[in-house]
Amino acid sequence: MVRVDGNGNGQGLIRVRGLDKSYVRGGEETHVLQGLNLDVDAGEFIAFMGPSGSGKTTILNLLGGLDVPSSGTVSVAGDEITAMSRRKLTAWRARHVGFVFQAYNLIPVLSAYRNVELPLLLTPLSGAERRSHVEAALRVVGLQDRMHHFPRQLSGGQEQRVAIARAIVADPTFLLCDEPTGDLDRKSADEILDLLSLLVSERGKTILMVTHDPRAADRASALLHLEKGVLIEAAQKREALHTAQVTP
Amino acid sequence: MKFLPLLIANLKRKKIRTLLTVGSFMVAMFLFGLLAAVRAGFRQGVEVAGADRLVVIGRTGVIQPLPLPYMERIRRLPGVKDVTHSTWFGGVYQDPKNFFAQFVIVPEDWQRMYPEFKVPEGEWQDFLADRQGIVIGRKLAQRFGWKIGDHVPLKAPGYLGGTSWDFNVRAIYRGTRPGDDEGQLWLQHKYFYEKAPRYWQGIVGWYIVRVSNPDQALTVTKAIDTEFANSASETRTQTESAFAASFMKQMGNIEFLILAIGSIVFFTLLLVTGNTMAIAVRERTAELAVLKAIGYSDRFVLGLVLAESLLIAALGGAIGLGLAHLVAAQDITSGILPTYLSGAAIAAGVAVALGTGLLAGLLPGLSAMRLQVAYALRRV
Repeated sequence: MVRVDGNGNGQGLIRVRGLDKSYVRGGEETHVLQGLNLDVDAGEFIAFMGPSGSGKTTILNLLGGLDVPSSGTVSVAGDEITAMSRRKLTAWRARHVGFVFQAYNLIPVLSAYRNVELPLLLTPLSGAERRSHVEAALRVVGLQDRMHHFPRQLSGGQEQRVAIARAIVADPTFLLCDEPTGDLDRKSADEILDLLSLLVSERGKTILMVTHDPRAADRASALLHLEKGVLIEAAQKREALHTAQVTP
Repeated sequence: MKFLPLLIANLKRKKIRTLLTVGSFMVAMFLFGLLAAVRAGFRQGVEVAGADRLVVIGRTGVIQPLPLPYMERIRRLPGVKDVTHSTWFGGVYQDPKNFFAQFVIVPEDWQRMYPEFKVPEGEWQDFLADRQGIVIGRKLAQRFGWKIGDHVPLKAPGYLGGTSWDFNVRAIYRGTRPGDDEGQLWLQHKYFYEKAPRYWQGIVGWYIVRVSNPDQALTVTKAIDTEFANSASETRTQTESAFAASFMKQMGNIEFLILAIGSIVFFTLLLVTGNTMAIAVRERTAELAVLKAIGYSDRFVLGLVLAESLLIAALGGAIGLGLAHLVAAQDITSGILPTYLSGAAIAAGVAVALGTGLLAGLLPGLSAMRLQVAYALRRV
């Protein structure tokens, strides 16, 4: 279940209350997010859409502990991350969040295997255990035969699949995907979306995805629109739009 | 160890840049090693000087000879255990460029006075039996390819008549400590006084005195100079190390020169390496941000940059110092200085290289550490 009205029961995986984020640029304060509420249950696949500058990436950064809000709280699985120190937040990210970026952001000098292994180097796993986890993750994304290839030897779609393997290898609580298909052709984009859907349906992962692509958004179980820093559920938005159209 | 592949991969990212930076360190540390070896050569006399040996020279300098009868007068002074004399020969072997130290010695006293130089007993006996015999140092033998039994002609300086003197290599000595000078030639005093012009009879270059107790060296020094005060040949007595140090000072302030050159080189190296590391970090802003996003701490990122810088410094430093060690072991000063790279100099070199590496990586490392992930990812 996904709610944006702040009336969730607080039992869900993610609970956001009164989230504000503003920046001061050139002496002028810009409010990116305003009083945002969100409740997300485990196993949901949520898509955030909205025009450029609406705060989509900002909300992803705040949910992933990459940025701190101006006010409000974010709790994940009972942990209030907005109250954590920078150091604690880093450790929390390593344990709970998998990131997938539009530009893949693989380390170009490391093979696919080494890239996927990166999050596991922070764990006490042995070399053999790490190997087993990395191979499993690469199997899930269908790239076990390319594990020794370097990013430059892979196509864009394959690179993004390696990035997804890196995101899931440490079995995080949820995945944050920022325009995961933004740099891909239609076929590769569909493959990535198939893979993300599979992670939700068969492996029970929770995914929050920012996208501009309506076809990508269609794969999500819930669609949230961000407009001027306010979240609107797609159903509500459609209703609002419909009301606007029929009202003279 | 599990982060080593990441570290090495980062260094292999721009191979030419890494090679050039390692090369800068290598050249700087090679220069450091050579300067340290030359400095050790200059200081060799000071460092290996016997604590219980004094050198008695003429008051106006080492070129002023002293009367031979002084020897017995010195021997009788309280605190004096042993005494011998020596004279600079200054002959030329084939070409004046082939400079090396040549001492006229009293063989009966010499081994007692300089136990640090070892000569095989059989060879020593051969030397004693041949008035034209000479003992040469191991490195001097290597330098000219001389062997036992070789005939060596030396052209005496003008003040010794300027004629050719013939010698036979009878023995080769070795030093027992790393800094011992193995580039000398010793000839017998009997042959010297037989062949030198008549005005050389009864005079010597200097005296070497062994004191009974090194703690009383200063008292004995004063006693010797007092003994000959107001005579025609007044003396200046110094400990062997003070004598070596004053001899070194005649060559100029070598220590300052070495320090000045070394400082300039390392300051330049610091700028070059610091700039290289800063560029390397700037190029990898997105990657460092991703590392932080997936859970790598600020300190880890700082450590990663420092480790890269240190690895470059260690690699370049090791190669440079290794080369310097090899080169210093050769006769790079044509026998003028016994150069060698001591363990302490190598340790200092390693410390300097790692210190420079650490400093060079510090600013870029701190900048990487302070990187704001959300901001850095937005810039990509």
